[in-house]
Amino acid sequence: MSLILGILDSGAAAAAANSYESISTVTVGSGGIVSVTFSSIPATYTHLQIRGSVQASTTNQQYNNVRLELNSDTTNANYNVHRLYGNGSSAVANTEQFPLIGYMQDKTSSANTYSGFVIDVLDYANTNKYKTLRSLFGGDVNMAGGILGLQSELWMNTAAITTIKLIATNGTSPLFTQYSQWALYGIKGA
Amino acid sequence: MASTYEKIAINTLGSNASSVTFSSISGSYTDLVLVCNVIGVGANTDENCSIQVNGDTGSNYSMTRLRGNGTAASSDRDSSATSAIAGIITVKTTDDGTRSNVIVNFQNYSNATTYKTWLSRSSSALYNVQAMANLWRSTSAITSIKFQINSNNFGTGSTFTLYGIKAA
Repeated sequence: MSLILGILDSGAAAAAANSYESISTVTVGSGGIVSVTFSSIPATYTHLQIRGSVQASTTNQQYNNVRLELNSDTTNANYNVHRLYGNGSSAVANTEQFPLIGYMQDKTSSANTYSGFVIDVLDYANTNKYKTLRSLFGGDVNMAGGILGLQSELWMNTAAITTIKLIATNGTSPLFTQYSQWALYGIKGA
Repeated sequence: MASTYEKIAINTLGSNASSVTFSSISGSYTDLVLVCNVIGVGANTDENCSIQVNGDTGSNYSMTRLRGNGTAASSDRDSSATSAIAGIITVKTTDDGTRSNVIVNFQNYSNATTYKTWLSRSSSALYNVQAMANLWRSTSAITSIKFQINSNNFGTGSTFTLYGIKAA
């Protein structure tokens, strides 16, 4: 037996709906863009969430790094990441001293394929502890080259996060392609 | 700022069912999140759940998966499939209270330009944890989602909740 549930577009709010707010969204236009910056982030939330649907402009990498810098800190040694990912044939775990938050697909397999990101920035406004982010990222291309990963990123700084910069990078200056999208949300505590 | 995380619909099963379909989904959100808290009933086993969208039963789905079973981590893929594997849940002969969770994030689901990608995570209470990247090779906006178990049933009391997230 199957159940079919028709949806009334009532917009009925979930119990916790009022605690999740859209702060800013960037949708990439024609020509692409190398980075997206969310600045002047207010400290009025408890956590932040970044949701992405993105693609790199390269055609020979299959997947590219996404770099996430906080408060304009470009010093790699101030960050540390741990990553667990699967590429369709094996599971891989590694660590790096770079602010890399995950991998995105490029246009190698399909011009229409975009990778997904859900990034949580926890207790971002607290000034007493280093900041930890986590991400779920991945994309599939209906053949070898798909990837799915879980990752943490540590920023060894106690400052409140006010700026987040996402950069398409693999050493050859790719771009986020047209229709790529990054959206920043704030989550309020009780 | 406006609230942007809205419950669109919830279905709590009053009897066993092999699938649940959310239809006539509005295109007014940016992302969708499907949260399932379920028990499978039938045999004592673990079993795949999968997704079809817009009633598409063609070979237009694929998946890259990462999983751990308590002993080892592994990865595999599924290509040109007729549905997208969204996770594995625990199935019992009778409902003993065991529940598994599947959470699916549909990215940019309503645009009519790109293929659709969704990310899912499942926690089978007795067997394993998984995370998947799924692809539907169509540029159509997603207007319906069918969440199904492959050969057994979702048990009474299983819940399926669909949320919409609006970007500014």
